Amino acid sequence: MIMKAILKNCSWRAWRVWQRNFDVYRQTWKINFIPPLLEPLLYLLAFGVGLGSLVKDVQFEGAAVPYLTFIAPGLVATAIMNHGFFETTYASFVRMYYQKTFAAILSTPLSLEDVILGEIAWGATKSLFAGAIMLAIAVAWGLIPLAAALAILPVAFLAGLAFSGLGMCFTAVVKNIEMFNFPVFLFITPMFLFSGVFFPLTSLPGWAQHLANALPLTFLVSAVRGLALGKFHSLQAFQLIGLLAIAVVCTYLGIAGMKKRMLR
Amino acid sequence: MTQPAHDKIISARGLRKTYGGLKAVDGIDFAVQAQECIGILGPNGAGKTTTIKMLSCFLEPSGGILEVLGRDASAAPRFIKRHIGVCPQEDNLDPDLSVAENLRVFARYFDIVGGEARGRAEELLHFMGLHAKRAARIDELSGGMKRRLMIARSLINRPRLLILDEPTTGLDPQSRHQIWERLHRLKSEGTTILLTTHYMDEAAHLCGRLIIMDHGKVVVEGAPKDLVREHIGASVIEVSAAGDGARRFAEEKGLLHEKTSTHLYIHGAEAASLWPEAVRQFGEERCILRMANLEDVFLKLTGRALRDE
Ligand SMILES: Nc1ncnc2c1ncn2[C@@H]1O[C@H](COP(=O)(O)OP(=O)(O)O)[C@@H](O)[C@H]1O
Ligand SMILES: [Mg+2]
Repeated sequence: MIMKAILKNCSWRAWRVWQRNFDVYRQTWKINFIPPLLEPLLYLLAFGVGLGSLVKDVQFEGAAVPYLTFIAPGLVATAIMNHGFFETTYASFVRMYYQKTFAAILSTPLSLEDVILGEIAWGATKSLFAGAIMLAIAVAWGLIPLAAALAILPVAFLAGLAFSGLGMCFTAVVKNIEMFNFPVFLFITPMFLFSGVFFPLTSLPGWAQHLANALPLTFLVSAVRGLALGKFHSLQAFQLIGLLAIAVVCTYLGIAGMKKRMLR
Repeated sequence: MTQPAHDKIISARGLRKTYGGLKAVDGIDFAVQAQECIGILGPNGAGKTTTIKMLSCFLEPSGGILEVLGRDASAAPRFIKRHIGVCPQEDNLDPDLSVAENLRVFARYFDIVGGEARGRAEELLHFMGLHAKRAARIDELSGGMKRRLMIARSLINRPRLLILDEPTTGLDPQSRHQIWERLHRLKSEGTTILLTTHYMDEAAHLCGRLIIMDHGKVVVEGAPKDLVREHIGASVIEVSAAGDGARRFAEEKGLLHEKTSTHLYIHGAEAASLWPEAVRQFGEERCILRMANLEDVFLKLTGRALRDE
């Protein structure tokens, strides 16, 4: 019942919402570019150059990889996650709750389904932008080959859909904007630390490995690293399918939750 | 513009909306014909905004039948929303965009793009007297300007039906009159208008027909003049500092009246002819003879108790 109604109300008009967000983004693009540009530089400096001088090469798929080369794909993956998730949590919440932008759009031919689809697609676009900036730096630094970086771009968008969709599920249920601290503290931060960004998951005890292997960011780190270091196998392909499944399920749940929140 | 004047623009039968156990709209029937300007009056919480949200396909009715522009509101929301304009009670302009951009981006939701969108935005900025502010940010606008921009935005798709929820609440008299003038022009161009208001002068000035709602129900419906004549009469005598003596005076004479803690209001056809006697009884300084108005009707039918929950 609900699923049929949601499918019926989804349309290409979601694109109009994406355009609105892109118009706003363009107005302030210079400011918008600074955080995703500085962030990776800071990380690369701190972890790669600072910590990296203490850390030996890392064993990855039977080869010794310099530490900076090992973590660069992980940092790309983290940027993809963060920019998608933060767009559909804090930024979407501001538009929905404080600015009443969603309510305004609902008095036009767009449906709420269109609005949420457009927001999630926009979140994925922010992931793509952040991933692209990060990749450009990694390529310039000589950490990721250009061809691999280009192959990672569609992955960035796909994963962006997954993490934006996830964010939208939280936005549908939080009472106020402070409550986003919970998913960030309980979910985003642990994933950042335990999804294989900074060390191979094989260094963890067995039970922890099982847990870590189920984390969405683990899927993404593994897929991006596989592409960057030329070790993309069927496991990574399945992990991408996993991200696609997360994107589909979370988009559906996000829309259903938002309908409950706004149109009861 | 092409439809005949007797066309039904809105038709509601047994329309209901419940929030949990609360009956916000409790079975209302009404119809709006093309080129009418109809007003919904009612105390806070009467169900006006909820009715409007259902008309504009924002909320699904809990029951009853609702047709807008000849289509079922639950079945054809996209069609209906494409052809109506809605100005909600709360301003929801886009603070991330300038005044002109607000209109241009809104036009795009209706698939009005490019030169046509810019032209339409310019035209509406002139129409609403906002052209000098076209590059301003939303938070630089006064309350009246925001409201005018909201109305301009609701006209972007040349709607056949314009729905306005308290369009002038909180505005100064200048802004209100400016908005009234624009609404008159839209009426004369053939736009059907439905509005809600707390201002009786606004309702009397703009609307050919009124619906008074209370507790989710329609209390009465009719032309402003007819409502005043039927429920109050031509004139009203107001007696101030009125005590029990005043009440007895009205009751003994069998007058249509209303007694509050401080005032006696004498209604009915004979009010004017009673004037000399009222002056003799209470003294001229305590008596006022005036024309009956909509506010008398409103207070008589919906009571004087405060509604702000
Ligand atoms: N989203 C909501 N959830 C619960 N109750 C609501 C909601 N919106 C309105 N109400 C209630 O429904 C009734 C009608 O409200 P409303 O239509 O806004 O009245 P009006 O516009 O005439 O002041 C009020 O009692 C109000 O508190
Ligand atoms: Mg209201």
